[in-house]
Amino acid sequence: MNPVLTIPDFAPVLPEIILAAGALVLVLFGAIRGERSGEGMNFIALALLAVAFVAVLMLPSERVETMGGSFVVDSFAKFMKSLTLLASAGGVILSMDYMRREGIYRFEYPILIVLSTLGMMMVISANDLIALYLGLELLSLSSYVIAAFDRDNVRSTEAGLKYFVLGSLSSGMLLYGASLVYGFTGNVSFPAIAGILQGQVGLGAIVGVVFVAAGIAFKISAVPFHMWTPDVYEGSPTPVTAFFAAAPKMAGMAMATRVFIDAFPNILGQWQQIIVFISIASMALGSFAAIGQRNLKRLMAYSSIGNVGYALIGLAAGTVEGIQGVVVYMAIYLAMTLGSFAVILGLRRGKVMFENIEDLSGLARTHPVLAFCLGMMMFSLAGIPPLAGFFAKFAVFNAAINANLVALAIIGVVTSVVGAYYYLRIVKVMYFDEPGAAYDAMPVGVKFVLALSSIFVVLFGIVPAPLVAAAGAAARSLF
Amino acid sequence: MFGFGILSGLLILPLVGAAFILTLRGDSEAARSNARWAALATTLATFVLSLVAWNRFDTATAAFQLVEVHPWLAENIRFKLGVDGFSMPLILLTTFLMPFCILASWDSIGHRVKEYYVAFLVLETTMIGVFCALDLVLFYLFFEAGLIPMFLIIGIWGGKRRIYASFKFFLYTLLGSVLMLLAIMAMYWQAGTTDIPTLLAFKFPYNLQIWLWLAFFASFAVKMPMWPVHTWLPDAHVEAPTAGSVILAGVLLKMGGYGFIRVSLPMFPEASLYFAPLVFALSVIAIVYTSLVALMQEDIKKLIAYSSVAHMGFVTMGLFSMNEQGIQGAMFTMISHGLVSGALFLCVGVIYDRMHTREIKAYGGLVNRMPMYAVVFLILTMANVALPGTSGFIGEFLTLMGAFRSNTWVAFFATTGVILSAAYALWLYRRVVYGELDKPALQGITDLNRREIITFAPLILLIIYYGVQPGPILDAFAVPTDALLQNVQAALATVKTAAVAAH
Repeated sequence: MNPVLTIPDFAPVLPEIILAAGALVLVLFGAIRGERSGEGMNFIALALLAVAFVAVLMLPSERVETMGGSFVVDSFAKFMKSLTLLASAGGVILSMDYMRREGIYRFEYPILIVLSTLGMMMVISANDLIALYLGLELLSLSSYVIAAFDRDNVRSTEAGLKYFVLGSLSSGMLLYGASLVYGFTGNVSFPAIAGILQGQVGLGAIVGVVFVAAGIAFKISAVPFHMWTPDVYEGSPTPVTAFFAAAPKMAGMAMATRVFIDAFPNILGQWQQIIVFISIASMALGSFAAIGQRNLKRLMAYSSIGNVGYALIGLAAGTVEGIQGVVVYMAIYLAMTLGSFAVILGLRRGKVMFENIEDLSGLARTHPVLAFCLGMMMFSLAGIPPLAGFFAKFAVFNAAINANLVALAIIGVVTSVVGAYYYLRIVKVMYFDEPGAAYDAMPVGVKFVLALSSIFVVLFGIVPAPLVAAAGAAARSLF
Repeated sequence: MFGFGILSGLLILPLVGAAFILTLRGDSEAARSNARWAALATTLATFVLSLVAWNRFDTATAAFQLVEVHPWLAENIRFKLGVDGFSMPLILLTTFLMPFCILASWDSIGHRVKEYYVAFLVLETTMIGVFCALDLVLFYLFFEAGLIPMFLIIGIWGGKRRIYASFKFFLYTLLGSVLMLLAIMAMYWQAGTTDIPTLLAFKFPYNLQIWLWLAFFASFAVKMPMWPVHTWLPDAHVEAPTAGSVILAGVLLKMGGYGFIRVSLPMFPEASLYFAPLVFALSVIAIVYTSLVALMQEDIKKLIAYSSVAHMGFVTMGLFSMNEQGIQGAMFTMISHGLVSGALFLCVGVIYDRMHTREIKAYGGLVNRMPMYAVVFLILTMANVALPGTSGFIGEFLTLMGAFRSNTWVAFFATTGVILSAAYALWLYRRVVYGELDKPALQGITDLNRREIITFAPLILLIIYYGVQPGPILDAFAVPTDALLQNVQAALATVKTAAVAAH
């Protein structure tokens, strides 16, 4: 029978179908109602993400392939998709009040977030190079638009354009690498590539792997493909930056893990050195370059570069423990990022948003709760126990030691001490310096995100086992 | 399994107090007063609870007691608490010193009072946690977590250079500790667990021991602090508020020594033997050099800080002499130094609260207007120079005796430190207390008030009592010391037989 005529199993794709159909309905709704389609769209988008989240949770835990093997669902995909959906929902919630106040709300915004999330989910489940690229482009194209969403603002449009140009370049590299890999293996499917690439591998395929790695490094903003990050983070509207720092990072790390562990598991020795290098470079740059920053959003950009470096330690290990470390790290990183950006979004007086470090001065006295939350986020990002960030670092370093990557681990902990300096500087500004004027009350949505992430970050240390165990199950499903 | 024991109680109680203080509204005088009383009540209750624990504690066994286990991070990384003869006295020292810290801050902390006491109570939990953790990851967690409240205490309520001091304190200790974290992970993969009692029985291969020892040394040496990584301590001490200095000198420095006893010596005996000459050399340099540095100080707190470094030199020297006198002496010195240096910093706090300067030059002739203070300061100075009859003597004498048995030259040079300590301490006393009271600013200075007398009385009584009757403390860790030495000897003996067999 002609395989094209068999109808594929749609059940594993249900969350993606929900998002895709929902996005189309939203587009129609918006097109018909035009400017009158108010902010209800945000809530519909949130509801869509919530339904998709439930659908993800109801997926089977064992590995299922569908769509002719180009789409795969396993525990890892489930876990990373849940994180991505949470991140996107966080992005929507953080933006609601901001977009209205700045007067840049358009009905396209929630739609673009949903579409971008759809791209992320497809990337996470991609089981061949073509599906991967399709998902990635959907994700990227939506991102370019929302980066420039404040279209009358030069910084924002510049950010969007920069992101677009450099992003296309990296997509090109990824595509070029993928075509090389296809050319030398004759396959696009990850398991098939894995079967062919083992033992002595020709130079051509290795060049392909390197290009794929470069494309992926760009998407997760790892050094040396990080240059766009500070500019895009600074220029984009703040809630968009929060979204960029959270959701695409989840999908990007999942994509990196999926590609290297599923497609190139037998040439670990070849790509391990690449990952080790970009991991060290990201950690070092993330720590040192952040020291001189005055702008909070730029600082968070360097912080996210550094954090990607730490997460990559787990991938470099290439073991179950390593991938478990990546998953744990990303989950905790998500909470820390959303929490930090929630505080940054709270720095508003009337029509003016503040985003410099010195604007935080004396926050502990004008807004003690806000300062405490941000302080905990900073200590957590610095990896100080008993906060969640410590457990994230523990997971990846533990995997590195197990995989005998001792030098990488030592460099990692040393850069984390350097990084601690600039996180401490924020605490210092908030707690040791003299206060300025008070800020406006926080919008409810922002408060909600901040409360959830703070509770998670502070209390994670009491019951860390459930998340760690779930991450372990997710990691094992890849091996 | 889910029942919480007395040690969990010790960890939770200060946190409950902190949570209560956080619920107090407003910054009125009433709210501040409530915060003070709540903090005092919490620390007293914690102290009483630790006495209950001490009452249930059996000094006749080297085993861990009051053990409780809760599931935590992973199957082999559990929330396990327990105490033995080494940790119990240090827990008591911690809970005993805390109420004095609260009392010492009663009037001197005038702004952000609630936050201050919250930070102190959280700090207390982490300190107790370090001493009763029976899992290395948990140990590390408490070891590091203490940095956060101490960073805030120095940075918010400290002196002029508080920001520099707080950053230096935090980053220095963090850099030392992260290497320890990697070593803990290496031990986990080697032994399959981070459970301390299991690891105590586990034999690590020699090469690995060397690296693990060095990694732990990086952390403990900074925390101790040992020469040449002691430079954060004078800064932190000088800038910290009085109570912060008391806790730093009294308890935080002891974490390094405790770490050596808990991890380095018993788990890496061969590496400890290998590195003993290094530790001896650093200890002797610390004793002699920092004593000389102390002679030249213009700042009272800095002088006492350097004297702390010298005393910690005695501790490391005693520990690595690896015999009964040395280890017991080191433990005793830690307890005694906790009381003496804590009290000395309180002493400095008394005159600082009145004059707001710590310059030695600003004082002189205090005995004329503050006779009671002069007596207190005299007793503490004598205890600091280890005069027989004070607790300082017992510890120093035992460590010297242990060192003498192990290496005569080390003991010889260390003894010169005893003379030097007398020199700087007595000279300090002479410049501050004796002489003419000719400085106009000092004319109106008042003697100890009732709160201050209440603070000093128990400390001085204990210092003298333990100087005459060291038995109660020494008995607490006599049995575990024997057990520790037996294990170390057994490990070393197998190495020797292996070496002989190889020939």
